[in-house]
Amino acid sequence: MKNGVLIKNGRVIDPANGIDGEYDLLIADQKVERVAEKIEDSGPAVRGCTIIDATGKLVAPGLIDIHVHLREPGDEEEETIASGSAAAVAAGFTSVVCMPNTNPPIENETDVEYIHRKARQTRKTHVYTMGAITKGLEGVELAEMGFMAEAGAVGFTDDGRGVQDPAVILRALKYAAMFDLVVAQHCQDDGIAGSGVMNSGYYSTILGLPGLDPLAEEAMLWRDIQLIRRVPVRYHAQHISTTGSVELIKVAKRDSLPVTCEVTPHHLLLTEECCADYDTNYKVNPPLRRAEDVDALKQAIADGLVDALATDHAPHLQSEKELEFLAAPFGIASLECALGLYVKALVEPGVLDWPGLIRLMTEKPAGIIGIDKGTLGEGKQADVTIIDPDREYVVDVNTFRSKSRNCPYQGWKVKGRVEKTIVGGEIRFEA
Amino acid sequence: MVSMRKSKQFKWQRKHLLGLRELSREEITYILDTAKGFEQVSTRSVKKAPPLRGKVVVNLFFEDSTRTRNSFALAANRLSADIIEFTKKSSSVSKGETLLDTARNLEAMGIDIVVVRHGAGGASRFLSRNIKACVVNAGDGFCEHPTQGLLDVYTIRKIKGTLEGLKIAIVGDIAHSRVARSDMWAMTKLGAEVTFVGPPTLMPTQVDRLPVKVSYSLDEIIEKVDVINMLRIQFERLGGNPFPSIREYSHYFGLTVERMNRAKPDILVMHPGPINRGLEIESEVADGRNSVILGQVTNGLAVRMAVLFLVNQAAAQ
Repeated sequence: MKNGVLIKNGRVIDPANGIDGEYDLLIADQKVERVAEKIEDSGPAVRGCTIIDATGKLVAPGLIDIHVHLREPGDEEEETIASGSAAAVAAGFTSVVCMPNTNPPIENETDVEYIHRKARQTRKTHVYTMGAITKGLEGVELAEMGFMAEAGAVGFTDDGRGVQDPAVILRALKYAAMFDLVVAQHCQDDGIAGSGVMNSGYYSTILGLPGLDPLAEEAMLWRDIQLIRRVPVRYHAQHISTTGSVELIKVAKRDSLPVTCEVTPHHLLLTEECCADYDTNYKVNPPLRRAEDVDALKQAIADGLVDALATDHAPHLQSEKELEFLAAPFGIASLECALGLYVKALVEPGVLDWPGLIRLMTEKPAGIIGIDKGTLGEGKQADVTIIDPDREYVVDVNTFRSKSRNCPYQGWKVKGRVEKTIVGGEIRFEA
Repeated sequence: MVSMRKSKQFKWQRKHLLGLRELSREEITYILDTAKGFEQVSTRSVKKAPPLRGKVVVNLFFEDSTRTRNSFALAANRLSADIIEFTKKSSSVSKGETLLDTARNLEAMGIDIVVVRHGAGGASRFLSRNIKACVVNAGDGFCEHPTQGLLDVYTIRKIKGTLEGLKIAIVGDIAHSRVARSDMWAMTKLGAEVTFVGPPTLMPTQVDRLPVKVSYSLDEIIEKVDVINMLRIQFERLGGNPFPSIREYSHYFGLTVERMNRAKPDILVMHPGPINRGLEIESEVADGRNSVILGQVTNGLAVRMAVLFLVNQAAAQ
C-alpha cells in the first residue's frame, strides 16, 4: 500500500480509547487504519508500507501544544511559522496553536488565512491559530470573532495581556456563545500588576525589581469565573501559576463550570529564585513563582484539575534578552525540549504516569480547542508521535530549529526523546 | 603614602562592588578601615594620592545625580585617575543604544573602572558579567546603593565607635529605596538593630523575611533609637498614590522639632540627600546639632576613594 506506515511492537498509549499496551498500528490513506495486537508485516494489506519497529518505544497520538508564539507576521527575526513548525515537529508536536499577539495582531479572517497558508507551505505540523478578542488587543472593541471563526480560528484570546474591562470581557463571552469556540484569557489585572517584572516577594524585594503580585492573576481569574456562572461559554485560563489560581479552578470545576486551564513547563520546574542573578532567560509572564506554587500546580495536575500542558513558547532574539532585567522582554523558548521537561517535572517524580502525561498533551488539549485530534481511533487523521521514554539527552539550544535561544534549560539532562513524528500519515521528523 | 590599619591576613578580592548584600562583615569593616586611611588625604594641602595614576574611571550615569557623581569624580581625582563623565543626555543611549553596547564601546576606549548608576535593579551586575572593567554600583533602581550604605555606617562608626547593639530607624519610602536596602545589609552585618518605619504602602513585599523590624509609627520609635535615617520621598519613583497627601505623610513620618524633643539627646540624624525641607524633615532638625547630614557627604568621599582603590587593586591581582 502506497504511503502506508506500519508501526510494530510499540507500547501504544491512546488515553481517549483507554488503550495502553503492546500493539501494532497501521496507517493508510493518511488515517489510522487499525490498532491491533498483531498486524502482519507481509501480505497485500501492507505491501509498500514503511515499517517501523517501535520495540521499547511509546506510540502516542501526535502531541498538541495549544499555546505557542510563532511571531509571524511582524517579528520574523524571532520566529516564523516555518521555523516554529520545524521546531514543533522535531519536538513531537503534530498540532500547535499560535497566539494572535503578532504585529499586526490576528484579528480578522484574512489574518487567520495568512497563518494557515504559511503553515501549508511549510508542511511540517498542523498550525492552528486563535484570534484576538479585541481589536488591536486593546481591550476596548470586539474583534471580528465570527469571520475568524469561519476562517478556522480555534478560539479567542488577547494573550500577552488580559481583557481588563469587565464589561468588555462579559460582552465577548456572550458574543462567543454563537460560535462554540473557547475564550482563553491571560489572567492579569494590570492595575495590580503595575510595572512588575518578576514575582512579587522576597526576591523582588532584595533584587530591587518591581513585583508582579499573584493577586493580579487571581483577581482576574476570580472575576472571569464569576462571569462564566452567568454566561456559561467555554473559558480557558492560560498558564495558571499560583496556588490561589489552583483554588479558583478547583471551585469552578466543583461547580461544573465550563472552565479549563493549562500549565507551562517553567511553572513546574523553576521558581522566582532563578531570577536572583538577573538572568533574563528567566523573565517570563506570568512570572516564576515560589516553590509552594510549583507544588500546588503539581498537586493540581495529580488531582486532575489541569486540562492541558502548554509551553507558551515565546521566542526572542538574543539581543533583546541581553538587556537589563527591567528592560528585557518576557518569554521562554521551550517548544523543542518540552516533552523532556514534562517528563522531568511530572513523570520522574511520579505526579503522572506516561498515559497521564500523554493525555494532557493530546486528548485533553484537543478537547479544549474542539479539534478532532489527539487520539489513535480508527479512521482518525494519522498524527502519531513515537517516543523513546528512556533515552536521555542534554538540551542544547544550538541545535534548536527555532530561531531563538532564550531557553533557560541549556545543559539540562532530560529523558524522553521524540524518535519520529508522523503528521497526516507522513513521517515529518526522524531523530 | 597612605597608611591603612588592616585586619590581619585579610585580602580584598572583589574587582566589582555591586551591593552590600553579598559582602561579609569582615569585608565591610575592611572598606571602612581603608576609607579611614584615605580621609586625611582631603585634609592635606596637596589633596592627591597616586594609587590610580594612569587609570581611567568613567562615571556612567543614566539617572540624575549631583552628590554621588561629583563625589566619585572627586574621589577618582584624588587618587590621580582620569575621569570621563558620561550622562544619558550627552550619550547615544537616547538613540537607542543598549546599556551593553554603551559599556562595550566605553571599554573599547580602554577604561579601567565603570561607576554606574541606572534605573534598573541589577544593571551593574549585568554590566559586571559582560565587560572586563571593574564595575562600581552607584545606585541601581531600588536594589542597592552600596557606597551610600558604606558611608552611612562609616559616619555612624566614626561618631559612636561601633554599630554593635545600636538601634537604627530608617524612615520613609522603603519599598523604592536602594539606600534603605544597602543600609540594612551593612548595618545589620555590623551588629545594629534596624527598624523600617513608614506606611504599609511603602514597605517592600515580604519585608518580614528581611533582617529588620517594621513599624508604622514614628512616634513609637523615636524615643528608642540611637540613629535615625530619614529617606527622601522620591516622587519620581512613587507609583500611584501610596499616601493621601504630603501633609498627612509629614504628620505621621516627618522628623519635627517636637519629635526630636522626645528623642535620645545623642541621636544621630541622617539623610542621604537631597532633602525636602519641611517635608520629611524640618529645617531646624536638618541643620540642628544632632544632624550629621553634611558629615555624610564628607565621609562619602573617603569611602569612594577606598572603593575605587580596592577594586582596582583586586583587578590588578
